[in-house]
Amino acid sequence: MNGAEALIHCLENFGVEYIWGLSGGAAIPIFDALVGSKIKLILVRHEQGATHMADGYARATGRPGVVLVTSGPGATNTVTGIMTAHMDSVPMIVLTGQTISPMLGKDAFQESDIFGITMPVVKHSYLVKVTNDIPRVIKEAFHITNTGRPGPVLIDLPKDVTSAPFTGDTLDPKMDIPGYQVAGKGNLADIKKMAKMFKGAKRPILLVGHGAVISRAGEAIKQLAYKLNAPVTNTLLGKGEFPETDPLSLGMLGMHGTAYANLGLTRCDLILSIGSRWDDRVNGNPAKFCIGAKKLHIDIDEAEIGKILQPDAYCIGDARLIVEELVKHVEPCDTNEWLAELNSYKKKHPLKFKTDKGLSAQYVLHELQELTQGRAIISTDVGQHQMWSAQFNLSINGRKWISSGGAGTMGFGFPAAIGAQFGCPNDLVVAVVGDGGFQMTLYELATVFIHKLPVKVLIIDNKYLGMVRQWQELFFDNRLSGVDLEGNPDFVKLAESYHVKGVHIDKPEHARERLKEALDYKGPVVIWAEVIKEGNVFPMIPAGKSAYEMIIEPPNASQKLEKPTGST
Amino acid sequence: MFKQKQNPNIHTISILVANKPGVLVRCAQVFARRGFNIDALVVSATVNPEFSRMTITAQGDPGTLDQIIKQTSKLVDVTHCSEHTGIDSIDREYALVKIKHSPSSKIALNKILKKFHANVIRTEKGVAIIEQSGTTQELDELEGLLKKFGIIEMVRSGKLVMVKGRQAT
Repeated sequence: MNGAEALIHCLENFGVEYIWGLSGGAAIPIFDALVGSKIKLILVRHEQGATHMADGYARATGRPGVVLVTSGPGATNTVTGIMTAHMDSVPMIVLTGQTISPMLGKDAFQESDIFGITMPVVKHSYLVKVTNDIPRVIKEAFHITNTGRPGPVLIDLPKDVTSAPFTGDTLDPKMDIPGYQVAGKGNLADIKKMAKMFKGAKRPILLVGHGAVISRAGEAIKQLAYKLNAPVTNTLLGKGEFPETDPLSLGMLGMHGTAYANLGLTRCDLILSIGSRWDDRVNGNPAKFCIGAKKLHIDIDEAEIGKILQPDAYCIGDARLIVEELVKHVEPCDTNEWLAELNSYKKKHPLKFKTDKGLSAQYVLHELQELTQGRAIISTDVGQHQMWSAQFNLSINGRKWISSGGAGTMGFGFPAAIGAQFGCPNDLVVAVVGDGGFQMTLYELATVFIHKLPVKVLIIDNKYLGMVRQWQELFFDNRLSGVDLEGNPDFVKLAESYHVKGVHIDKPEHARERLKEALDYKGPVVIWAEVIKEGNVFPMIPAGKSAYEMIIEPPNASQKLEKPTGST
Repeated sequence: MFKQKQNPNIHTISILVANKPGVLVRCAQVFARRGFNIDALVVSATVNPEFSRMTITAQGDPGTLDQIIKQTSKLVDVTHCSEHTGIDSIDREYALVKIKHSPSSKIALNKILKKFHANVIRTEKGVAIIEQSGTTQELDELEGLLKKFGIIEMVRSGKLVMVKGRQAT
């Protein structure tokens, strides 16, 4: 047995079903060891696609996705995908081939210091120098990637290390990570302190983030919300862990959240974050976030406590375990007036869109919702379509909403949908993408064709990089710069050239029927929805502003808005 | 020269790390990303050969320090990370100073060195190399006094810190 065979053996022992990868010289021994393995190798068309597939698989199943690429450019092409997984706490193992160890640091052919390059965007990483270390490194990597706050682990494997004979005693050695500790069920005193804070709260809000999805805290959160009679809002990545269709749900908050969730922030007297990190898309401006309200924070990562805002009480540990305990210690709150107030906001400011000016993106997504009712796995790309999908595709299951939140990686949605479909072969998986982002990773149409994956790709084509165009229209006197996607292809023909069925929608009248035709089809489909070009996403809180300054209705053309001060 | 003691932006942080490749870079990246300038960094052996001690003297906003300590602590290879204020701990530095030296300045020099428990460890052709260990303040003070002799170069070890009492740093 050589190092590569030991490696694959270990991966099999960890129950790895798939490896997404693209071969190359330095990785040949590892690809060789995959011949005859029960692990299925999925050959992608670009390494970025492999990372997003592993990511989508991990988000949909909770199991780490595994990527295998070669050295040099093969390795650097994974950086965007690793960063995306890191920002959203996704478990992933990235195996990179490397030049032979005597050549390290000598500018060998296809050498890149991927260990160094990726250091700021991994949870942990290894450069394996000794063949017999491989089983320990793999075991540690699987432990680290999916415990505590999950995150990607990179393992760089020089070709001589994978080629050399494995002479170790065992493929299941002891781990050696004395510095790695995982927070567990949380400190009971901390939980009781949080519970006390709810006493006398008249206007509490529960905020559900990605941490709640990762720890599968949904049932516990339901119990907490029902016991307290408290409304629940969610971040983009927290969608569905508490059903957005529940009467207590306010839907998504933040920059493009619902008006009622954001108005709720301006009025609440207590907010409990369950696995969210008070991100800038959520808080707008930490100094003006829920002014006067008590802030409670549950997070498994101690470094998140006090990073953005100082909580009045907090507990470090697993969201599900902490909320399960917290439920026992809280008393119901008197929230009848509060819920009535929030319901009045829901009535006054529902999410809406115009239907008289041609085909709008929102209409298409609304129809998608009518057809799927939250049962489909929806994987989005990044931009306007992502926000519209978040608004109109109400989620009832945290694992069925996949989106690049922290990183905002265009090109993510389609390959992530592929990964989700591999992980959940019986689910309907819809990639909701823009015309900009789809063109960054569309070559993976080959992958869906080859593996007969019935992924549905819904392209919201407004022929613009629409979110930036929206900012330029609102804040930069409509001086459009670098946003016009002229020369877009005929996406139906493009799909067909990859042997994938294409469906075209350009009128509201036939949207429902053609969407249904596509969703019912037994194979992959590209649905090309040509929508009105100048649609904007509202409500909107300009970057750097707080919920108090939310723009609910589109402003008049004459209304001049100042340039946002916040980041992007 | 004594501003180090008064400056609230100067911090001494002690990090216990597993001896693994890249751990130094990982720690340094946390400091750099948060805008902390590292003034001195000592990596040294501990009684357990599987661990090393890093002692970092760095400048930056005190409000950010707590975040840096937490982010450093969560690195997989970091076992322990904490700031030391000088109240709970003692700290020492070591310096080698090369100065211009002539027989005529010998008496004046020796007087100063005695006061600071510093020693001449080598003299040759108009040059003397002096060693000193002490607090950062003492090293700064001696440096100030040696300037009049003409300092050719100086090497300082950076601060070493140890917590008082029975507990480990």
